Amino acid sequence: MNFDFSDDQKMLKDQARKFLEDKCSYDEVRTVLESDDSHHDGVWNGLCELGFAGAAIPEEFGGLGLGALELCVIAEELGRAAAPVPFSSSIYMFAEALKLGASDAQKSAWLPQIASGDIIGTLATAEGTQAPSPRTVKASFSVGKLSGRKLPVPDGETASVAVVLANTGGAGEQALSLVLVDLNQDGVTRAAVDTIDPTRGHAEINFENAEASLIGDEGDGWAMLKRVEAGAAVLMSFEQVGGAEAALEMAKEYALDRYAFGRQIGSYQAIKHRLADMYVKLELAKSNAYYGAMILSEEGGELELAAASARISATEAYRFAAQECIQVHGGIGFTWEANPQFHYRRSKLLALALGSASRWKDRLVAELEKSNVA
Amino acid sequence: MDFNDTPEEAKFRAEARAWLSANAKPKDPSKIKAGVSQKSEAERLVRAKEWQAKKAEAGYAAITWPTEYGGLGGTPIQSVIYSQEESKFDVPGGFFEIGLGMCIPTMMKWATKEQCDRYVKPALFGEEIWCQLFSEPAAGSDVAGLRTKCEKDGDEWVINGQKVWTSGAHFCDYGIIVTRSDPTVPKHKGLTFFFLDMKTPGIEIRPIKQMSGGSGFNEVFFNDVRVPDSQRLGDVGEGWKVSLTTLMNERLAIGQGSGVDHEELLKLARETELENGPAIKDSNVREKLADWYVQSQGLKYTKFRTLTALSKGQVPGPESSIGKIVSGPKMQDLAGFAMDIQGQGGVMQDTEESPMAGAFQNQWIGAAGYRIAGGTDEILRNIVSEQVLGLPQDIRVDKNVPFNELPGAGSKK
Repeated sequence: MNFDFSDDQKMLKDQARKFLEDKCSYDEVRTVLESDDSHHDGVWNGLCELGFAGAAIPEEFGGLGLGALELCVIAEELGRAAAPVPFSSSIYMFAEALKLGASDAQKSAWLPQIASGDIIGTLATAEGTQAPSPRTVKASFSVGKLSGRKLPVPDGETASVAVVLANTGGAGEQALSLVLVDLNQDGVTRAAVDTIDPTRGHAEINFENAEASLIGDEGDGWAMLKRVEAGAAVLMSFEQVGGAEAALEMAKEYALDRYAFGRQIGSYQAIKHRLADMYVKLELAKSNAYYGAMILSEEGGELELAAASARISATEAYRFAAQECIQVHGGIGFTWEANPQFHYRRSKLLALALGSASRWKDRLVAELEKSNVA
Repeated sequence: MDFNDTPEEAKFRAEARAWLSANAKPKDPSKIKAGVSQKSEAERLVRAKEWQAKKAEAGYAAITWPTEYGGLGGTPIQSVIYSQEESKFDVPGGFFEIGLGMCIPTMMKWATKEQCDRYVKPALFGEEIWCQLFSEPAAGSDVAGLRTKCEKDGDEWVINGQKVWTSGAHFCDYGIIVTRSDPTVPKHKGLTFFFLDMKTPGIEIRPIKQMSGGSGFNEVFFNDVRVPDSQRLGDVGEGWKVSLTTLMNERLAIGQGSGVDHEELLKLARETELENGPAIKDSNVREKLADWYVQSQGLKYTKFRTLTALSKGQVPGPESSIGKIVSGPKMQDLAGFAMDIQGQGGVMQDTEESPMAGAFQNQWIGAAGYRIAGGTDEILRNIVSEQVLGLPQDIRVDKNVPFNELPGAGSKK
């Protein structure tokens, strides 16, 4: 039994933690919260200089050619720091979508710049406040042109290139395709949108006969998207685990510092049991995330089920830890200058980034139904 | 990252499997989770003793114990590997866990060499069964608040009082007991620990009928029970220290709950029609099913992380303490929800009419006890918050007060 990361992977994790502790304190996260910036340039550039953006991109496309497990340990540290960087958009979504379905020409055109961090990529699926699906996606692509409106698009303001979910006119699930779009062209206009977590920029993007090209085959978009989402769900679950752990630590430290009625509030069972519950959810989430990581790195057939489990568990752990961290802090926790808000905001952002927990629970049970035919 | 054995582990597993194949029958999957055994306790005990002797002969009954006491001198991971393999076979159990998991380890730490030579092997071979006499009617989670008293009389001690929740006392040969030798000092300081013969005159054992209808536990009354001083474990007044040895082993001895889980709920949901269609298509059913599946998987892989630590020769981290906190309420809630799916018919606890012979109803009743036995949900949360997270203990108003001056302690009378 060797259900753990390797020593090399742990060293990489340490390296990420040291960098982020040094360069990405909550004060640094706050600078993004209080500005119009889409992300923190200094932190992002530093991560790219360390080679993290290209960690899992093949060497032939300018990356380090490491695997999913290396991305997982980096993700956990990014989550712990609530890092205001476009890592998930550019790497788990854009680069992984290209790795999965793009032609070599498409990969050569974009992946080296993604790996170096010179440009940012993203994945645009949502069109407002309903879940994107074969029934609802209106953005359309035909004869090389993309038109329609996508929002919210993570890092949509700063990204240079996007993979977009578009309708190509087929029936049912075959209605959708993934297309690759250079965002710096005349047919593309964009504007920032306000979100619950301003430390991670989001935008509205309008496409009007923008030049675009298919990724993979027409009509395969929905199936490919689900596969990309499954991988991203595992990686994001590590961000969520890291965030939940940070929120638990923050709550614990406050519970030890704060006195009420003549004693540390951390000595009251009402607080202790809440923190114990945070810990329990966190441990379950970590274990589910580890399994997801193992399956993702082996490209195992159970990915959908493992990814859904990791995501559901981590979403719940981070939700609970972040919201109860504020509760443990009491009034100070609700102030602008206090730090618990970073995890409260980020936990909900990540909970919705790949679709809600309900959606993933439905996906999970659909897998159980398949794998367990009575 | 993988779930594979190391070459040494694989070799040990193959040996264990070969021995089990030669000595036991594989489990019949169709009978798994069918519920209560049809055989009487006496019949099961005979079979269990035979199996235990065989297993001890082969060295598998106590893999981590030293060879001089009949163990294999093996590692914790070997012990786990054997259990994993044994769980695939239809072998009897349920009689020796407390004795070998808690009582004998306490003996090995505190009894004399001669006493260990006398008692350890017969326990290991299933010839003598042991029970643990700690809880009392007025001392549950706060077990150090116990009142059963012992008084020195020459070379003997005289024990009077009552113990409760003693598993298997009615078929046990020996027991370990903690008693109050000095009520005039604070509660943890006035305790003294013994082992005793359960056939000693003055011991009366009465079964407790649980709300599930079963009787796995007993009340044990002590009326002028005389125990030689040579059967004292630890010094007079040091009984709490000895008790901690036993209690540390308790959470290891009490496993995770088995029983109906997400797989059975999935089966039920597929087979049951709700007003608006099949239960499995109901979004509320799907959400709950997913939640419990994810919890079960989380516990499973948490265990794998613990095994990884064991496999590397490390001491497992505190993550293993969460199993019971999660599985108790899950067993209860899942069973209750499965009854909801059955609608009005869910009230039936009937081997013919109820799905899976009433397994959900049985579990719903039983889970209420599982959340209490071996450390309540609340005590376990205290343990996690204090021992894992390092939060302060509760303020103990009884800490420095002589036991007989405590309100509610009753010793004044």
